[in-house]
Amino acid sequence: MSEFETQHWLVRSQTVRRLWVGFTLVLTLLVLADMFIHPHANFGIDGTFGFYAWFGLLACMAMVLFAKMLGVALKRPDTFYDD
Amino acid sequence: MTISAFPPGAVLVLGAFLLPFVGARIRAALVLGLPLATLWLVWDLPNGASAAIRMLDFELVVVRSDSLSRLFAIIFSLMAFAGGLFALRQKSVLELLAAMIYAGSAVGVALAGDLITLFIFWEIMALASSTVLIAAGGERSMRVAMRYLTVHVVGGSLLMSGILLHLTADGSIGLSAVDTGTIGGKLILAGVLLNAAAPPFSAWLPDAYPEASFSGAVFLSAFTTKAAVYVLIRSFPGTEMLVWIGLFMIFYGIIYALLENDMRRILAYSIVNQVGFMVVGVGIGTQMALNGAAAHAFAHIIYKALLLMSAGAVLYQTGKRKCTDLGGLFQSMPITTVCGIVGALSISSFPWTSGFVSKSMISQAAGDEHLMLVWLLLLAASAGVFLHAGIKFPWFVFFQKDSGLRPPDPPWNMRLAMIFFAALCIGLGIWPEFLYALLPYPVTYVPYTTAHVVNMLQLLMFSGLAFFLMLPLMRRTLTVTLDVDWFYRRLAPRALRAVAAATHRTDGALRDALAALTSLGASVLARSHGPSGTMARSWSIGAMVLLVVALLGLVLVYGYG
Repeated sequence: MSEFETQHWLVRSQTVRRLWVGFTLVLTLLVLADMFIHPHANFGIDGTFGFYAWFGLLACMAMVLFAKMLGVALKRPDTFYDD
Repeated sequence: MTISAFPPGAVLVLGAFLLPFVGARIRAALVLGLPLATLWLVWDLPNGASAAIRMLDFELVVVRSDSLSRLFAIIFSLMAFAGGLFALRQKSVLELLAAMIYAGSAVGVALAGDLITLFIFWEIMALASSTVLIAAGGERSMRVAMRYLTVHVVGGSLLMSGILLHLTADGSIGLSAVDTGTIGGKLILAGVLLNAAAPPFSAWLPDAYPEASFSGAVFLSAFTTKAAVYVLIRSFPGTEMLVWIGLFMIFYGIIYALLENDMRRILAYSIVNQVGFMVVGVGIGTQMALNGAAAHAFAHIIYKALLLMSAGAVLYQTGKRKCTDLGGLFQSMPITTVCGIVGALSISSFPWTSGFVSKSMISQAAGDEHLMLVWLLLLAASAGVFLHAGIKFPWFVFFQKDSGLRPPDPPWNMRLAMIFFAALCIGLGIWPEFLYALLPYPVTYVPYTTAHVVNMLQLLMFSGLAFFLMLPLMRRTLTVTLDVDWFYRRLAPRALRAVAAATHRTDGALRDALAALTSLGASVLARSHGPSGTMARSWSIGAMVLLVVALLGLVLVYGYG
């Protein structure tokens, strides 16, 4: 059997590429949907175009980077407490 | 109205003691039947309190029922049922026994009408949950259980001291709003917050829960922290400090979960994170916020147990717990994967899941109160939950690189328990009115508006994008992350060892000095009293007679003087 057949269809590179295309499409549509909804903004900033999209993206990146930095100081081998 | 003083939780607590004495079939029937009997009793409980029972000068109201206590008692009983179903193949009867007592005492806390009854059930919970940890077996579990018990004994002492001070100042043991201006109130709050895994004592939770057995962790995830949330809602609504404590817990949970490699420890950190949302809700303290906190506790128990069941199923089938050893399991464990994903979506408050209809209420409450900073932080946290629990957990356990492991789905009872809770997650998400009807205050909130659904989908999908963009930074490493428990697991033992060594040295030096002093004295004495000393010389008879005469003379002088 070729490698193509032994791999589960979900992990084939072709499927992964299609998933990325689909994902990008969903992301675009979600941002475009902002033009058709009437947000009930509490503070002003949350009523701006695509607020939830960029806020979510940036917040996550900030958290990952912060965790990474904290990890430099606080990570230890997982046998640390084993003695 | 006056209701029966028989606490429904006692069905579980007392019934549990039958478990070691019956055969496997009856045991299974009891493990499923006792929670259902409790659920039935709780469900039918009318509003009201039982007649006071006099004990040691106190009027104990053992059962007090209103919508808030019933909500928690219902979910605790339901949890015991699903947990029991999941744990049917658990070989340790001790674990089942402890888990049933644990659940029953949690129901007891939810329905306690006074602080002393509450405290009694509270301490039974601590003992029973420690026993669940011990039941996992082995020296490691024993050490974890002892650390866990020590922390909770400290918490129990804080609570007890607080209750006594409160009683002296206030003269009442009634369970109602507690004034945090008094020392008693502060101590009660501290004791309760410790059980909620609030800082600085958050570390006991991720230290202990992941060391339980495949089913033990499912039980542990549900009761202790949520019983604490119940007491916070009951006694400390609108305490502003709780908003900031809750926010700290939220971000602590996310950051530590992002760094974690052990699949169940990721979920343990995310318990702290989720309880943080509830604590923020209590801190905001409006009817909407308290409803949100209560609803979130209800929804959370279900999806967190579901997540730990899926992790427990993986552990049961593979014996592995580290993300670095797992991956690709979706190919052979489709039911576990789907149920795990449903739990992951619920915890991320994805639309059409239970988390969406409960967490949104807390955010909305922050918005209604114009707490912009709190609202923005909660929003960032919602994105972060999707990041660490919503995607990270299923991705590293069921997908990512192929580990080559091909275990089948777990036995039918575990599959059934997962499917039951997964169905509840989605059911409550689609028909939130069932949950809303159980809440302490009337609900006017409408979760499903087009704007809200689109906004949340944007937030979550772009968080997903961030995850996959930053995947290289998220590579799992064989590490643990230091936490406050370092102080009592490393610093304190080392400090004690140093003190012991110093004491040993000082003691040795002092003993040496004493020995030298003694031998010096001995040599001085030896000169006079030694074999060749003055005193040891043989005396002549003349000298003896002289001495006797002198003595007699002395007696004579003394006698007639």
